Order: sequence, then structure tokens, then C-alpha cells
Amino acid sequence: MIDVRGVEHGYAGKPVLRGVDLQVAAGEFVALFGANGAGKTTLLRILATLARPVRGRVVLGGFDLAVDPQALRAVVGFVGHHPLLYPELTAIENLQFYASLYGVEPARVRCDALLEQVGLMRQRAERVRYFSRGMQQRLAIARAILHSPRVLLLDEPHSGLDQNAAAQLDALLQAEAAAGRSVLLVTHDVQRGIALADRVLVLGRGRVVYACAAASVSATELAVHFAGADGT
Amino acid sequence: MLRVIGALLWKDLLSELRGRALLAALVVFALLTVVVFNYALDLERTVRASVGAGVLWVTIVFAATLALNRVFAAEREHALHEGLLLAPVERLAIYFGKLLSGLLFVLLVEAVVLPVFALLYDLPVAQPLNLAVLLLGTLGYLLPGTLLAALAAHARAREVLLPVLLFPVAMPVILSAVRASQEVLAGSAWVRVAPAFNLLVASDIIFLALAVLLFDQVVAE
Amino acid sequence: MQKNTGLKILSVSSVLLLVAALYMVFVYAPLEAVMGAVQRVFYFHVAAGWVGALAFFVAFAAGLLHLRRGSLLADRVALCSTEIGLVFMSMNIVSGAIWARPIWNTWWTWDPRLTTATITWLLYAAYLLLRQGIEDPQRRARFAAVYGVIAFASVPLTFAAIRIFRSIHPVVIGAGAPGAKGSFDMTPAMRDTLLFSVLVFTVLYGTLLWHRLRLEQLSERVAQMRLRLLQG
Repeated sequence: MIDVRGVEHGYAGKPVLRGVDLQVAAGEFVALFGANGAGKTTLLRILATLARPVRGRVVLGGFDLAVDPQALRAVVGFVGHHPLLYPELTAIENLQFYASLYGVEPARVRCDALLEQVGLMRQRAERVRYFSRGMQQRLAIARAILHSPRVLLLDEPHSGLDQNAAAQLDALLQAEAAAGRSVLLVTHDVQRGIALADRVLVLGRGRVVYACAAASVSATELAVHFAGADGT
Repeated sequence: MLRVIGALLWKDLLSELRGRALLAALVVFALLTVVVFNYALDLERTVRASVGAGVLWVTIVFAATLALNRVFAAEREHALHEGLLLAPVERLAIYFGKLLSGLLFVLLVEAVVLPVFALLYDLPVAQPLNLAVLLLGTLGYLLPGTLLAALAAHARAREVLLPVLLFPVAMPVILSAVRASQEVLAGSAWVRVAPAFNLLVASDIIFLALAVLLFDQVVAE
Repeated sequence: MQKNTGLKILSVSSVLLLVAALYMVFVYAPLEAVMGAVQRVFYFHVAAGWVGALAFFVAFAAGLLHLRRGSLLADRVALCSTEIGLVFMSMNIVSGAIWARPIWNTWWTWDPRLTTATITWLLYAAYLLLRQGIEDPQRRARFAAVYGVIAFASVPLTFAAIRIFRSIHPVVIGAGAPGAKGSFDMTPAMRDTLLFSVLVFTVLYGTLLWHRLRLEQLSERVAQMRLRLLQG
């Protein structure tokens, strides 16, 4: 699970996060909304250990960021704006490379199973350079869940995907949550977020300003909070 | 740690072999440098031993700087360094992976350039001692170079900044390597080679220790 | 802005001390028999070199402190001390050249001390360029400290490397290389002048560092105020 308390962050003296509290249980799917510059990406990068919080406590999968960052990294899967794939390596080579970084054994079997799962078995030995955006994104997801992380963090994973690919991704993410992972999804697409998630949060001006069960909120209602959080 | 370093090295080598962006360009650039220096310095037979060592090292330093820039730029282009930082691998393994890829590339360039250099300048470069100097000097340049390239990668104008940062720091390595090569190529006895050679070894050790102590600070976000 | 009495007293006494040092250099110290008046450059030359080395050492120590504790004050000290060190190092190099013209018959020679001083100057110029290139203050401080440590460690190695070639620089303090042109024996009055100059320059360094630190703090406050204004 995810347990974040009082996380603050600033860039060049400008505060971005002003004390974020956030809990996601195991098997729970949470969608995080917010206007541009609300700090969604920064928050996710902090959880993925790509940025360092100025203050606050981050515990993922039972490991404290301040105490054992390596153990924390081992239980986190992250899909950011970049697919983090090597263009000159094939799909299977990319996965095998990351498998050796995460110490996944047996790498071959696991990588093949994942390619099957994300529907890239036919492109197994193709170089990623020739992949479409949708294929790259699916491989990026496979890369992120390669080590069966307890926590899955996704930053706008649907961007650049066509409807078909987006629907495939949705199914994959819901299966991951059903498998007991904590899923935190940052998205602009309010409708999709509500449809996928158990719970929705709105981040505004560096704080969580609204939280609600996804079943009891409509997109139009949420849009109101959205606008309010933006301060405009 | 060895597993991770091996994976990093394999990945860089494979990418390079498929992309063929860097190595070929480096080799051609290095050969051009060797030829240009021959005319720029109007080298005569008598001074070749002393000046030739300098030409060789300037060529290596230029090629190594380009390689360092390229290795880090390729990674930054697709934010691939973030993929390494996400993983639960020791940060030092990332440093050694980068160091060894760089070393491998530059040594490959040297392997091509050296015979040509020997032919054009008529110097006995293939002596074991000179090869040892080449290895230690290249390593000594890349030890701080890899660390500083990681620094420069986060700065503006990073391609220009790297040599500005690295040249003065690597000065002891460059100077002692040139000096040692000069003596070896002139056929001097070990006593005359020893001071420069020992200093080269000492510089390598000190830069290695500094890199081990400081690299965590460079990759920590 | 509140008055800073301590700094005021220090500034005034620095000026007075500097006048006294000038008096000692030009009037109190005897004329050197062989080299003549140009030898008088020696006192401030050595003092400036000393302050340069001191300033770079302070920057190094402050950098280490920053890496250990993350103190931003330590980083500010490192920056300010480096800038002052560069100014004094320039004075040292230029005054050396003025002296070398009549004595060595050239403005410049590739002597170990000269070359090391110049490479040191370039190192710390590069240090400032690195700082200029990095936007985020935390990262800038950390990277600058890392570079400061490496730079400081490489200076003695560089000196040793250049030493392998022969030196003609006079070693006035300690045992000199035989045949170094421009050596001389100091009379007691000369020694007093030198020691006094070194002392005065050290005080001057302290004063400048204090001023520069205050300036840095003020400009940071201005930057923060501007940011607050922009954010409304």
C-alpha cells in the first residue's frame, strides 16, 4: 500500500507540494486529478524516488523512503511520460535488461509471459525503435510490472493511445488492481478515471483538496471541485 | 552488483552495435586529428618521439570527451537514466557500468587509431609499457570524466561544459600520461619513466576513491 | 536594513591595515640589492597567493560540510569564498607576471607554480560556470560541492605532475632549487613586511567574505520577494 504524510516539495524556491496526505490500500485503485501545475507529476516522481521530498514521510509497500530506499524501489512500478525503453534493443531485450536490474528470476519465462499478457508476443524480437506509441506504452507497462510490484504508479499512461489501445490498457490496469496491487493513476480524463477507480482525489495548489468514492461522484460534480481547486 | 554492471555494459554495447552512431564517428574523428596534427606541427623525424606522445594523447582526450558526451546525451534524450534510478540497484553499479562502457568504446577507438598512428609517425607504440600507460591514462581520464559528465548532464550547455569542467581536473592524468609515453617512445630506461608512471597510478587511485565517495551525491535526486 | 556595526568596524580597520601594509612595502622594507624596486611586488604577490589558497580551502571545507549536513549557508560560503579566491588568484598571477618580466625576461614561463596557479584559476572559473548552468538551488549546491571536492583534490596532483618537468621559480621560504633565478635572502624588515602583508590580506579576505555573504543573502531575499509578488 501507499502511505504518504505531509509531503512538501519545492523547485527553485517555489513550493509545488504543501503537505500532501494520501493513503491507498492494497488492491485499491485510486485516480488522482488536478489542473496543470497542481503537483501531480511531482508527487508521483517523489513516490518513484525520482525526486526527493523536502519534508514528509513516504512509505510504500511497508518500506520507508527515508530508511530503505532500495527496498522501496523494489516494490514500486512506475510509468511516467517516457516509456524508458532502449530504441535499439528489441522488446524482449528491453525486458530482460530490466529483469536483470530488478533481479527477476527466471527472467526468460517471466518476460515471455509479460509479452503475452500485453499482446506483444509477435513483436518479441522487433526493435523498439519501430514500435508505435501504443506498442511502446504497452511494453512500458510490462516493464513496470515486471518485478510484480506491490505499488503501481502511472502518470497519464493513456496519452497518445487510440481508443482500442486505451481500452486494452484499462483492462490491464484493473487486472493489476484485482491482483492486489495498490494502483495510483494520474490522469486528465475525468470520465475514465471515475470509471476505473475505487476512489478519486483532486490535487490543487499542492494539497489534496477533495476525496470521494468513485461510485458516488459524477464527472460534472468533480469538474466543479476541479475548478475550485485551481483557484481560478 | 556485478550482474547489474554486466547488464549495463551489454545494453550499451548492443545499442552501439545496432545504432553504429558513435564508434565509427569517433574513429574517423581520431584519425583526422592525427593527420591534422602532423601538418599543423609540421613534424620532423627528430622531434617525433617527444611531440608524437602529445599528439596521441590529445587525440585520445578529444575522442574520450566526445564519447562521454555522447554516452550521456543518448541516455538523456529518452530520459533513460530514470529507468536506472527507479531500479533497486546500487548507485555505484550505475557509475561503473557507465565507466566501463566508456572505457570499452575509447579502447576500441585506440585499437584502430594506434596502428595507423604507428605507421604515420613511425613510432614504436606497441610496447607493453606504452600499452599500460594508454590503459591507465584512458582510465584516469574517464574516472573523473564519467562523474563530471553526470554533473554536466543536468546543466545548460552541457556539451561545452563537460570539457571545461574536465580538462583542468584531469590535468595530472593528461600530463603524467604524456610524460610517461614520451619517455617510453624515446626508449628511456624505467628510472626515467617511473616518476610519471607512478603519478599516473596515484592519480587513478585518487580519482577512483573520489568517484566512489561522491557518485551517490550526483545521482541522488 | 539594520545597521551592521561589526562589519563596519571590520571594513574600516581593513582599509587602515591596507594603508599600513602599503607603507611597509614601499617605505619600511629596504630596496632589494639585485632586483631593485620590482621586488616590492613580492609582498602582495605572496599575500594574494596565500589568500587564494585559503579561500579555495574554505570553499572545499564548506562544500564538504554541505554534502554532510545539506546546509545551504555552507553552500553560500563556498560560492562567496571561491569568487574572492579567484580575484586574489588573479592578483597573484598578474603580479607574478609583472615581476617575471624584468627578472626572468618574460611575462610568462611554464613553471610549476605559475602553471598550477593558472590551472587552479581555470578550475574555479569552471566551478562558477557549473553553478551558472544549474537552475535548482538544491542540486546546484550539491553538484558544486562535489566539483569543489574533486577540484581541490586535483590541484596537488597537478603540481606534482608539472614538477616532473624542471622549475625555475624561486623558493624564498624553505629550501629552494639551486640555480632558481630571482632567489634572495630576506632581511628582518623584509620578513616583517611579508608577514604583515599576509596578515592584512587575511583580514581583508574575512571582510570581503562577510560583505559578499550579506550581499548573497540580500539578493536571495529579493528573489523570494519577487517570486511572492509574481504568485500574487
